[in-house]
Amino acid sequence: MSGTSSLAAGQLLFQRDLRLAWRRWDQVTDPLVFFLMVTTLFPLSLSPELSRLRDVAPGVLWVAALLSSLLAADSLLKSDAQDGTLEQYVLSGQPLTLLLLAKTAAHWILSGLPLVLISPLVASALGVPGHALGVVMMSLVLGTLTLSLIGAIGAALTIGLRRGSLLLALLVLPLAMPLLIFGARAVELAIIGEAAAGPLYLLTAMLVLSMTLAPLTAAAAVRISID
Amino acid sequence: MLRGVSFAIGAGEALHVAGPNGVGKTSLLRVVCGLLQVEEGEVHWNGRSSSDPGVTFLESLAYLAHDTALKGDLTAAENLHFSVGLKHSVSAQQIAAILADLGVADCADLPCRVLSAGQRRRVALCRVLLSEARLWVLDEPFTNLDASSTAHVSETLSRHLAQGGLALIAAHQGLSLHSGNVTRLELS
Amino acid sequence: MWTWFHKLSSPPHFYRVAGKMVPWFAWPAALLIVAALVGGLVLAPRDYQQGDAYRIMYVHAPSAWMSLMVYVVMAVSAAIGLIWRIKLAHAVAAGCAPIGATFTFAALATGALWGQPMWGTWWVWDARLTSELILLFLYLGYIALRSAIDDPQRADRASAVLAIVGVINVPIIHYSVVWWNTLHQAPSVTKMGAPTISLPMLIPLLMMLLGFTLYFVAVLLTRVRGEVLRRERNAGWIREGLAQ
Repeated sequence: MSGTSSLAAGQLLFQRDLRLAWRRWDQVTDPLVFFLMVTTLFPLSLSPELSRLRDVAPGVLWVAALLSSLLAADSLLKSDAQDGTLEQYVLSGQPLTLLLLAKTAAHWILSGLPLVLISPLVASALGVPGHALGVVMMSLVLGTLTLSLIGAIGAALTIGLRRGSLLLALLVLPLAMPLLIFGARAVELAIIGEAAAGPLYLLTAMLVLSMTLAPLTAAAAVRISID
Repeated sequence: MLRGVSFAIGAGEALHVAGPNGVGKTSLLRVVCGLLQVEEGEVHWNGRSSSDPGVTFLESLAYLAHDTALKGDLTAAENLHFSVGLKHSVSAQQIAAILADLGVADCADLPCRVLSAGQRRRVALCRVLLSEARLWVLDEPFTNLDASSTAHVSETLSRHLAQGGLALIAAHQGLSLHSGNVTRLELS
Repeated sequence: MWTWFHKLSSPPHFYRVAGKMVPWFAWPAALLIVAALVGGLVLAPRDYQQGDAYRIMYVHAPSAWMSLMVYVVMAVSAAIGLIWRIKLAHAVAAGCAPIGATFTFAALATGALWGQPMWGTWWVWDARLTSELILLFLYLGYIALRSAIDDPQRADRASAVLAIVGVINVPIIHYSVVWWNTLHQAPSVTKMGAPTISLPMLIPLLMMLLGFTLYFVAVLLTRVRGEVLRRERNAGWIREGLAQ
C-alpha cells in the first residue's frame, strides 16, 4: 500500500462530503430556504413597490446572504466532531489545513453556491435592474466564499459548545462587517449604472487573505477544541 | 487529573488501563495519541519523542475511540475506503477481505446507521487492521458488544500482539487474551 | 532582564510583586485623572465652535484610545500565552477583556452624550463611533467565548486564537468603516472631530490619557492577581500564604 499524498487526501475528503450531502440533500436546501425567507421579510415589512425595494436591495441581499452563511457555518464541523471523525483527521498525519480547506470548499458548494445561483432571481424580485445582476452574482461569489472561510474559524472555535451556533454567529459577525460594506456597495454602484470594480477588488483581496489565513487558523482552533 | 503516570510497552505487549469511570483512562489514551496536551510529561516512540517529525509516530498509530468514527450515511465499505484512504491507498478487495475476517462481510454495502453497535465496532476495528499500525490505542473496545463480537475483537487483538504489535487498551472489565504480555495499570 | 521576566511568570512571585506595584499605579492615576478633569472641565478655554460641549472629549478621546490599546495588549498577551505556553499571559488577556469593554462602552456613552448637544441625536453613524461599536462586539464575543468553555485550558487557547484574529481584523474593520462613512456623508452630518487643539486643551487631554493608562495597569494587576488566586487555588503556596 502506498501512502496517500496530501492532495489526494483532500480530494478524498472533498468527495466524501459531497457524497454525504447527496444522500441527505434536504439538509442542503435549508440555508437556501432561509435566504429566500429573509429576503421576503423586507417587502413585507417595507413596501411592495419595486422602486422602493431597489433602494434597499443591496443591503437586503447581503444581509440575507450573511445570515444564511452563518446558519450554515455551524454544520461544517458539527457532525465530524460528534462521531469522532474529526479526531481521525488530526491523527491521519495529513496537513489539517489542507483537509479543512477541502471541507470548506465542499461546504461552500453546498451552501454558498446555491445562494449565488438563485441571487439573480431574488435580486430581480427586489427591483434590481437586469444589468446589475452580474455584479450581484460576482459580489456574492466572493462574499460567500470568504464567509465560508471565516465561518470555518468560528465553527472550529465553538465545537461541542452548548449554544455553539449562536456563539458562532456572535464571533463571526464583526469579522464579516467589512464584507458587507463592500459587497453592498458593489451592488449599489451596479444598480445606478456605475463601475463596481473598486469594491469588487477589495472583496477579492479579502477573499485572498481569508484563503491564506483562515484554514490555518481553523486548523489551530480544531486542535485546541478537541483537547 | 492524571499525576505520576509512567509506563513502557514493547513489541507483543499490551497495557490494560483500568479504573473507575472518570478517572482519566480516556485522557491518558488521548495524551498518547497527541490529542491532549500535558503540562508535564512526554510520549516516546522508538526512543525518541513522538512529536518529532522524523519519527512518523502517527503512521504507526491507530486510535479507536468510544465513537466509531463511522458516517451513518455511508456504507461500511465506503467508510473504510475513506478513513483508511486518508493515510494510504487500499483496494476494494482488501476491504472485503478484512470485513469477512471479522465476520461483517454482509455489512459491506449497508449504511452504517442500520448496523448494530457490535457490527459498527467490528467495522471500526477493520479500519484499525487495514491501517497496518503497530500501536493500537483502543478505548473501551468491548462496551456494548455481545459475546460473539467480543470474541472476534479479542481474537483480533491477540493476533495483533502475537505478530509483534503493541496495544494500549482502556477497559473497565477484564481482558482475556490468549497471547501477548498484558500489564495492568490501575488508575485511581 | 529575561530572568526577571521569567521569574515574573511564576504565579506566586507575580502575586507578590503585583500586589506591591498596585498602589504605585493607583494613586498617581487618581491624581492625574482628577487633575485632568479639573483642567479639562474647568480650566481649559471654551471652543469657539462647540462651546462647552466639546469638553466631553476629555473623557471620550482617551477612552477610545484606551479601548484600542487594551485590545492590543490583550491580543499580544494571548499570543504570548499561546506560543510560549505561559499561563500567566492567558490570565493577563482574560483580565484585559472586561476593562477594555468598559473603556469601549465609556467611549460610546460619552460619544452619545457629545452628540446630543451637537446634533440633537443620541447616536450618529460616525466612522469612529461605528468602529468603537464593532470593537465592543469583538470584546463581547471574546468574553462570551471564554465563558462558554468550561475547560480552562481550552478557554485560554481558543480565546487567544479569537483575540489574534480580532486584532488582525481591527484595522480592516476600521478602514472599511471609514471608507463607508465617507461615501454616505450628507453635508449636514459633521464629523465627531475634536476642535483644533491648542496647548491649554492638549495638556489635560494627555494627562487624562496617562491617568487612564495608569488606572488600566492598576486594575489589570488587581484582576490578574484575582485570576491567579482562582487558578492556583489548590496550590501549596496559597495555603502557606493564608496561614501566615
